[in-house]
Amino acid sequence: MSSQLILNNSVVNDEWQLVMPPEAETAIKKQAGKVVIFKLTGEGSLTKEQIENTTFPKDGKVVLPVSVFLHHQQDLSSRISKQEIGIWIETHEEIDSFINDIDDINKLPLISVRVKKFADGRIFSIGNLLRMKYKYKNELRAIGDVLRDQLFFLKRSGFNSFLIRKDRDAQDALLGLSDFTNSYQGAVDQKKPAWKITKRN
Amino acid sequence: MYKYDSLDQTIVNERVTQYEGQLERFLKKELTEEEFRPLRLQNGLYIQRHAPMLRVAIPYGLLSSTQLKKLADISVKYDRGYGHFSTRQNIQFNWPKLEDTPKILKELASVEMHAIQTSGNCIRNITTDQFAGVTPDEIIDPRYLAEIIRQWSTFHPEFALLPRKFKIAITGASKDRAIVQAHDIGLEVFSDINNEMAIKVWVGGGLGRTPILGSVIKESLSWKHILTYCEAILRVYNLYGRRDNMYKARIKILVKALGIDKFKQLVEREWESIKDGPNTIDESEISRIKAFFSEPNYKANKENNLKKHISNKSFSQWLLRCTHGHKKKGYRSVTLSLKSNHQAPGDATSDQMRAVALLAEQYSFGEIRVSHEQNLILADVLEDNLFELWEKAKIHQLTTPNIGLLTDIICCPGGDFCSLANAKSIPIAKSIQDIFDDMDYLHDIGEINLNISGCMNACGHHHVGHIGILGVDKDGSEWYQLTLGGNQGNFASIGKVIGPSFSEEEMPKIIKKIISTYVKNRHPDEIFIDCVSRIGLDPFKREVYGEKGGNI
Repeated sequence: MSSQLILNNSVVNDEWQLVMPPEAETAIKKQAGKVVIFKLTGEGSLTKEQIENTTFPKDGKVVLPVSVFLHHQQDLSSRISKQEIGIWIETHEEIDSFINDIDDINKLPLISVRVKKFADGRIFSIGNLLRMKYKYKNELRAIGDVLRDQLFFLKRSGFNSFLIRKDRDAQDALLGLSDFTNSYQGAVDQKKPAWKITKRN
Repeated sequence: MYKYDSLDQTIVNERVTQYEGQLERFLKKELTEEEFRPLRLQNGLYIQRHAPMLRVAIPYGLLSSTQLKKLADISVKYDRGYGHFSTRQNIQFNWPKLEDTPKILKELASVEMHAIQTSGNCIRNITTDQFAGVTPDEIIDPRYLAEIIRQWSTFHPEFALLPRKFKIAITGASKDRAIVQAHDIGLEVFSDINNEMAIKVWVGGGLGRTPILGSVIKESLSWKHILTYCEAILRVYNLYGRRDNMYKARIKILVKALGIDKFKQLVEREWESIKDGPNTIDESEISRIKAFFSEPNYKANKENNLKKHISNKSFSQWLLRCTHGHKKKGYRSVTLSLKSNHQAPGDATSDQMRAVALLAEQYSFGEIRVSHEQNLILADVLEDNLFELWEKAKIHQLTTPNIGLLTDIICCPGGDFCSLANAKSIPIAKSIQDIFDDMDYLHDIGEINLNISGCMNACGHHHVGHIGILGVDKDGSEWYQLTLGGNQGNFASIGKVIGPSFSEEEMPKIIKKIISTYVKNRHPDEIFIDCVSRIGLDPFKREVYGEKGGNI
């Protein structure tokens, strides 16, 4: 089977294993007659129980939920220095709530951000903040409902890695990275706006 | 006006290609309906009652005659020979075929137009004063800033999928004609005490289900920071706006929930890290864009022939109602009314569009503006040419002398077209226009804004109409709720509901009662809205509901 991972403009094999916590029972919430899909920013993520009961392989490259990572941070120091530990967060998690508890985010070779639904544009701000404000330099990966038509925006928001949803072709999605030759505004990948780069009009 | 360079053109062309591919994938079932939805919306494509509806962007309401001719062509070739100018200064086509939309976009691209971000949860068309650059009460021409914001907001990667739609309006005149306080971000450009251009920033205004006027977040922002400050506001909104409930997802709900002080604190904290960053504007960029909006080649003031025609009553009525003062002596701005009772408010046929394009070429440097009141404006007409222009425009039913009057109704497409609507709005507008067709009476009752929306999304801006009409659904039938006392402009206010709603048939009669109550109570020279503020709602309620006064 071909890989679903795009890294720096090409489809490559995924060396990382994504660790999921055990499911917790959650009540179905409704708002305005519709089932709520999105959690609000800052809403709780994993329960203490879920964190403690999350199991993960003893070796190899693993991506842990950030709260699980923080729970085991001290014991993982040798694996961290072997570049075996990455973290993942959800779009409703506030970076401020965990960033100070991580010794040095640039010791992490991978941060993944999971977007539950295509329409959740918080992922773009999260990418921007991780790159620009918190100066994260390593692989930044979008996972979850990641499809071709987000890719251009994700790239501009600092992501360089995209795990395309299972039922879609990563080769096709790759084309989304080059939808546009130019952009007007400065963002993460190209920091200057168009008018500072080329002579216009 | 702004002209594309190769960079603008490439972006628009590549957008057409991208959209064509998206549509193809949808038709091949490689994209589900749900996945295609945000993509088509961000390109202005709605699926409506009868057919798709395509909304085309008219950045800050400014059109060239070439562009207007192209819109006329498109309406004939792909639609039913007319278009609808919207309250956000855009144009909508009601009957295109889905498969034709890429072709329409290609035609638009050939005249530097597009449908980018005219719908969906993103930054929409920037709107402004229809008299920008020409009005005597202007302090700073907002058009070049609007263009700078347009470029910055086009495909802004961080704000591509916001919790909800996001509207920015900008004004630079002492009289606000852009309703900046009813926008997600409202900007008022002014000259500060050091004679430097500065911007007053409102945030969290909006109509719709929960009408709220904006709060001032920055009294005076240096123009250099206009983009980074907007960026900080949008980042806080993008992260903290409510995505769990689409009815509470607009920024106004977030600002209300946090309070303006707390919201401002979050914004300022974000701004700290991007202030003076790469998106900061400088003099060179300002002057590059400003050059596109430099004064046309005005003729020196000479005698005009107006005196000769002043005895022509229809002309002088039109002159009074449909022309606006100009900063240049000898010139006036002309509003061509799209509010005759022969067609839906804001609609223009292809013939009318072509006629206006020609009039613009002949009399107004080939430019046209669209107002949020859904009329077309020729901004730079020599007074000496007004009579000639009037005679020509009259043939095309563009001279109804009702601008600012009761029958200059702002109206959304409503239940006849829009699938969101609870009730029809166009027939209500027509029935009111029909009974108030006596021009002398209309002029006598003076300035009144009557706005109609077919649902609480408020595209017809009913909350800020002096008289507002809102279509509501009660057990499957269409009813109309009346508000009084709304206002746009510097003293913007939200109208109050006067009581239980009315049937379609009752509406014209009810409006008559409202007007007669005003006529009975007014002081000499007191306009409707001032009278409502002075006497309150009770006299109107008594007239409409009898002694019960509507308290049912």
